[in-house]
Amino acid sequence: MHTKTIVELAQGLKNKDFSCVELTQYYLDRIRQSDLNAFITVTDELALAQAQAADDKIALGNASILTGIPYAHKDIFCTKGVKTSAGSKMLDTFVSPYDATVSQKLNQADLVMLGKTNMDEFAMGSSSENSFYGAVKNPWNRLKIPGGSSGGSAASVAGGLSCFATGTDTGGSIRQPASLCSITGLKPTYGRISRYGMIAYASSLDQAGPMTKTAQDAAIVLNVMAGFDEKDSTSAEQKVPDYTTNLNDSMKGLTIGLPKEFFSSGLDDEVANHIMAAVKEFEAMGAIVKEVSLPNSIYAIPAYYIVAPCECSSNLSRLDGVRYGYRAKEPKNLEDLYLRSRSEGFGEEVKRRIMIGAYALSAGYYDAYYLKAQKVRHLISDDFKKVFEQVDVIMGPVSPTTAFDLDSVKDPVSMYLADIYTLSTNLAGLPGMSIPAGFAQNLPVGLQLIGNYWSESKLLNIAHQFQQATDYHSQTPCKYKTVGTNR
Amino acid sequence: MQWETIIGLEIHAQLSTKSKIFSAASTQYGQKPNSQACAVDLGLPGVLPVLNVEAVNKAIKFGLAINAHINQRNIFDRKNYFYPDLPKGYQISQMDWPIVGEGKIEITPNEQTKVVGITRAHLEEDAGKSIHDMFNDDTAIDLNRAGTPLLEIVSEPDMRSAKEAVAYAKKIHTLIQYIDICDGNMQEGSFRCDANVSIRPKGQKELGTRAELKNINSFKFLERAINLEVERQQDILEEGGRVVQETRLYDSVKHETRSMRSKEEANDYRYFPDPDLLPVEISDELLEKIRQTLPELPIQKKARFVAELGLSDYDADVLTLQKPLADYFETMLKHRIDNAKLYANWVMGDLSASLNKHQIDIQDSPITAQSLSLLIDRISDNTISGKTAKEVFKAMWRGEGNADEIIQAKGLKQMTDTGEIKTIVEQVIANNAPQVAQFKSGNDKILGFFVGQIMKLTAGKANPKQVNELLRKKLS
Repeated sequence: MHTKTIVELAQGLKNKDFSCVELTQYYLDRIRQSDLNAFITVTDELALAQAQAADDKIALGNASILTGIPYAHKDIFCTKGVKTSAGSKMLDTFVSPYDATVSQKLNQADLVMLGKTNMDEFAMGSSSENSFYGAVKNPWNRLKIPGGSSGGSAASVAGGLSCFATGTDTGGSIRQPASLCSITGLKPTYGRISRYGMIAYASSLDQAGPMTKTAQDAAIVLNVMAGFDEKDSTSAEQKVPDYTTNLNDSMKGLTIGLPKEFFSSGLDDEVANHIMAAVKEFEAMGAIVKEVSLPNSIYAIPAYYIVAPCECSSNLSRLDGVRYGYRAKEPKNLEDLYLRSRSEGFGEEVKRRIMIGAYALSAGYYDAYYLKAQKVRHLISDDFKKVFEQVDVIMGPVSPTTAFDLDSVKDPVSMYLADIYTLSTNLAGLPGMSIPAGFAQNLPVGLQLIGNYWSESKLLNIAHQFQQATDYHSQTPCKYKTVGTNR
Repeated sequence: MQWETIIGLEIHAQLSTKSKIFSAASTQYGQKPNSQACAVDLGLPGVLPVLNVEAVNKAIKFGLAINAHINQRNIFDRKNYFYPDLPKGYQISQMDWPIVGEGKIEITPNEQTKVVGITRAHLEEDAGKSIHDMFNDDTAIDLNRAGTPLLEIVSEPDMRSAKEAVAYAKKIHTLIQYIDICDGNMQEGSFRCDANVSIRPKGQKELGTRAELKNINSFKFLERAINLEVERQQDILEEGGRVVQETRLYDSVKHETRSMRSKEEANDYRYFPDPDLLPVEISDELLEKIRQTLPELPIQKKARFVAELGLSDYDADVLTLQKPLADYFETMLKHRIDNAKLYANWVMGDLSASLNKHQIDIQDSPITAQSLSLLIDRISDNTISGKTAKEVFKAMWRGEGNADEIIQAKGLKQMTDTGEIKTIVEQVIANNAPQVAQFKSGNDKILGFFVGQIMKLTAGKANPKQVNELLRKKLS
């Protein structure tokens, strides 16, 4: 049952093969028995109540395709009445008094929220080890990281703990864990999904998206998540198409660009081979492959690690111990309250990025760092613009390697390299996807698809066609069925 | 040594929008603490600002009123600093691209008109309030004010005395009320002034080190605080010391300023464009549309009063200095425009005196513009004399009714029947032969005696002009 897609579960619910309460209880049991540490909060009662409501709706014949589907919600989205921690001690006691727009939309679609997933603190990380609630494990190998920051969401879907999950992607946080856990992850165009109620890490880069078992499921979920929101000035007044309509379009004549910078040193040979094999698959379907160049993408890491810390240093200032969240015990005075609440409440990586950002924005450094990084951002966007004059889609690896060992990367800069192929997409605001493309030494490899602005339909179509031709996406971890006995 | 004072003002005007600049919460003053702070104002995790277009429109209106350049693409920045009543840890403001660029305004501190440059005016959100005297050692925070739209109007350092600074502040105060973008209430903090003050030896070109004076909530205190600061700086410099660049807080009770923070302690605000807000784009059409809504400005009104009503420059200035006063006067003009001069005299004379004496704003005057014009009409149509009118005015002030009612009730109607007055004049002449003799022997002053007698007999109701004419005729 836990390997079923949204489409399959919806059919089962419709046929009354099982009730939504049964289905929900089944997932809740699996979550309880799981050792993946994928969840920060499990919302049993709420989930069962939502399941009951969904069953009632199904009985009345008012169900939509998403009615009663159990999903896992990244703990970065505010959920009314439910703890929303963003993986931080700072918000360990924070129960949101309001719903994020995404949460609201998912509720209105009659979905069943099983709980809130574990993540790198405030979405800062590529391994889901930077969580106040401990590291998340990769369902394919419990000694490995699941990727991050949406590692809990990825592990939950890959580990059969939810049918799908939500994620957010600031520099690769949907695509990289999707790749390392062999699921389908979509980061839409910046502005496609409302950021209201999504705890901000780097406002100009953050974008929510679905993490699913298939491209078809991703299209179904995106249909619900997408759309202009008057509460988010950066959300786009762009019409939302039905993302499922073009899934079956032919690949004949599709032009694929392979940026040479994405296949340079640092890319694992086996990963590279799987990517090239996937590209061959598209050629077999009638696509044309071109080598292209994104010359400025080599500056994506330095540009990103200026822009994102600058924004986060400011975004996290509201976490000051004054109104909500963690407050240091018995502060001596106001300064002591600020200093200790923030030193004790934030984890190491978050503090590192706050310091980098505060430094880069300081008087005298602003031009050299922030402004320069913004200029680089423009150059990176221009590179993509030129390439998309020649090709329909860019393909390449998501991550330079497969999942690495837990607790193995100690140096922050080495960790930052994990996102080398994903960052430029966020800097340009383009949509990107990760889809399963095989296994290297039993660990998943993801293929990255990058499209032009607002080309989510096209990306989902390409991903779906690949999934029609291959079965990587329906592979499940070997110890999958006997939860809790691995290691 | 001869010193020259240099003053620039930063004025914070709360824009009179219904909701806050970045949220839908109400801006109403004086509500229960924290009852008007929504999720956005509280700075909860995940919330986002959405710009209130009304605030933008009001800022544009100001820019147009001072003939300033409007930046048709302007940008909101974050000003980062920690303070308990600043919920997000940053204030959304405008740094490099303010909505209003350079403009200017004329002031008339004395007989001469002077032009003061306005460097810029930008939009920003207000902070909340920290309340230190409510719970012993603890500080309470009220976030009702957090997010109220402010227009910060920055002047050039063009003012050379406290008097000029006050004249400038008053001009801006008048203007924002005229164009209806701010209620101008200084007590409630809707209009706040910070003054940058420095002095330099007369003739020196470069500016001296300045101090910024904060917490000034009346024009009177503005003048006092600046004069105090000028004295302080003079004392320092004359004793061979150096002025430190710092922010000083004015204490109106102790009448002193004290240091709040020095330049070294000043924050590095780490400004950068707010990624949650798009740049504001203002179309030519919008500018034109807002231009159409501009009312007659004080400077235009003053010119009209001089040209059309024949008022003096001084009178026209006084009558246009405050919007409510001008409104009052204009309401009277609707009644009878040919009486303008008489109206002006009464408004600036008896009415202003009574309002000042009782410390009442003209909006709350017990005598409305309509009833005052009615009273003045009774002078022009000879129903009562100017002198009697003053008595009627006092009765009206006490709430005894309108002019006609009071004239009727007290029988104050002037005697205008020549026959009746003639009889009394003849009677007085007949009864005062010695005085008549004096008059005839050339004592012109004795005429006043007769007038007095006649007024006594008519209980002041005889038309003085007629009395004079008749007396002279009868006596000669």
